Amino acid sequence: MYQYDQYDQAMVDARVAEFRDQVRRRLDGSLPEEEFRHLRLKNGLYLQLHAYMLRVAIPYGTLNSKQMHMLAHIARKYDKGYGHFTTRQNIQYNWIKLEDAPDILAELATVEMHAIQTSGNCIRNISSDQFAGAAADEIADPRPWAELLRQWSTFHPEFQLLPRKFKIAVIASPSDRAAMRLHDIGIELVKNDAGVLGAKFFAGGGMGRTPMIAPMIREWVPAEELISYAEACLRVYNRHGRRDNKYKARIKILVHEIGADEYRRQVEEEFAHMKTLGLDPPAAELERISAFFRDPPFEQGLSDDIDRSDPDFAVWVDQNTHPHRVPGYTSLTISLKPAGGIPGDATAEQIDLMAELARDYAFDELRVTHAQNIVLAHVRKADLYAIWQKLDDAGLATANLDLIGDMIACPGLDYCSLANARSIPVAQKISERFADTGRQRELGELKLKISGCINACGHHHAGHIGILGVDKKGLENYQLLLGGSGAEDVSLARIVGPGFDEDGIVNAVETVTNVYLGAREPGERFVDTYRRIGMQPFKEALYG
Amino acid sequence: MTTPQILYRDEPAVTDTAIPLAEFTAGTNSAAVRIEPGEDVRALLPLLDQLRLVEVNFPSFGDGRGFSSAQILREAGYKGELRAVGDVLVDQFVFLRRCGFDSFAPNRPLDPDDVKAAEGFFPEFYQKTSDGVAAIWAKRHQVAS
Ligand code: SF4
Repeated sequence: MYQYDQYDQAMVDARVAEFRDQVRRRLDGSLPEEEFRHLRLKNGLYLQLHAYMLRVAIPYGTLNSKQMHMLAHIARKYDKGYGHFTTRQNIQYNWIKLEDAPDILAELATVEMHAIQTSGNCIRNISSDQFAGAAADEIADPRPWAELLRQWSTFHPEFQLLPRKFKIAVIASPSDRAAMRLHDIGIELVKNDAGVLGAKFFAGGGMGRTPMIAPMIREWVPAEELISYAEACLRVYNRHGRRDNKYKARIKILVHEIGADEYRRQVEEEFAHMKTLGLDPPAAELERISAFFRDPPFEQGLSDDIDRSDPDFAVWVDQNTHPHRVPGYTSLTISLKPAGGIPGDATAEQIDLMAELARDYAFDELRVTHAQNIVLAHVRKADLYAIWQKLDDAGLATANLDLIGDMIACPGLDYCSLANARSIPVAQKISERFADTGRQRELGELKLKISGCINACGHHHAGHIGILGVDKKGLENYQLLLGGSGAEDVSLARIVGPGFDEDGIVNAVETVTNVYLGAREPGERFVDTYRRIGMQPFKEALYG
Repeated sequence: MTTPQILYRDEPAVTDTAIPLAEFTAGTNSAAVRIEPGEDVRALLPLLDQLRLVEVNFPSFGDGRGFSSAQILREAGYKGELRAVGDVLVDQFVFLRRCGFDSFAPNRPLDPDDVKAAEGFFPEFYQKTSDGVAAIWAKRHQVAS
């Protein structure tokens, strides 16, 4: 894991001091809310329906047990005893007092954490693959590159007031577990014929009210020019992105309106200029960062055998582990989606427990996934049973990774001032309807994603099944979408037809899963069947 | 004519009135120009020798295009006065400085104490810009930036 040096620490400490000063000026009235707004936003502090919400950055979703314990501590001391892990691999606290915010940031800084640029129209937390450094299918660990970009984007003077927020994802395997092409910039690390690592750039993806899949804009950016090229991409956007309409201000609209070719041309022109400015750190910097991400001391020659005599345990192992590149190890996903629970929520006690398990069994490292779960990336298979028992005692052993119960839901009308409808109760009802693990497993991989409004924080466009909350003459109403994917088979879901009320949408989900069960061919996932048979059979079953 | 409240230059502020970009590029012997957010500052690059003052207007603080305009001028070697005018807030101060602004004429004068505090907030910087300050990576590896 990356560790701060004196420079990184000084930056975070400076931000705490600056923010303390800003809050002081806000509280004594010398700083009007309208000006304070974008300052607090850059520190991850939103004003929500009932209180302030604080979003804490977890760079590329990776953290250690000490940091995880700190998150539990903050939940206990400053919130109502729980935290909410987000689709940006961050954590949010929903009940924060403004006057506490500087103290929270100061506590975070003691464990190399911060809330810098977790909101506002700037470059946000860089996201990545939750199995980075562990996955059997990766060509490299993407996190050193993500860290290089994190440092470059932190307090970048030119890009503090972009037309709109800007999200970057970095992956390094053919399987896309980070919805890379639905980001403003998506980077896939690739190797050239000489075996050298470089970056393939995609630009202009995103969800929101106009979902777009990012087109590829450069096949190969060498490591030593990564920063220059990123800077060129951002400058073109900062200068030419639309500012007349908030809803057309994301880079996807620019790329769409001028076309990928024209955007690429402008970036190339700027890049040629950038390369003359010496903006890139020396190769030694990427090496320095990479050294923090070297393999932990794996034991060699471990057996892959697992004692499967406890059937509940066996189901959980089958469902919630992912192949590791070292024999005898596995990557374990702790589901934060118990039946009837709030997706992504964890109590302080659960957060502490996960921290302890990471320390005792997983080389002191945890990951937050964009699907709002927690990963222990390097676990000995021999330790799985002991871990499972502890998780089970804490209500954390739900065996539903990538199944319908493992849904994504945004905070919705329960917290969010922009919402049209509640997301959480719908998620809870669906998860109760499908609570039976056997039934979920029978349905197989099924990504269900719920947003409480068109802003799509719940990624409904990328769901095999998506649900979008809308306002229909003052009543909450839910539209059903089918056929999206945020993975390497990326696609955008389409609306099926007229919307439903809360109970109606739960029934509708059940109906479409029944259509699938009736029509599927061997080996087909829900989305495969949908792609083969099209919308019509689902429509007929829903609307007759 | 705007008069800067804050100036980081050895010579006194330029007192010429800055004229709009279109007028300037149409041919003039003026040495001062004003850039609006949507305008292409690169139109000035062939004419840099003639310029002593560029005002970059920020009609609203949330519009960050002026940051890029300033960077482009400094990267091209512009050495004259670069003045941020309009809705310029103390909280953007450090970033504006890093993008090459050395003159500030905000609509609402900034509190000098706040400016002093802002100047000192960031001990280091991760990026290299045209302001010549060594980036953190340069210090780490003891290379020039
Ligand atoms: S999708 Fe809408 S309701 Fe849900 S969190 Fe985003 S803005 Fe709020």
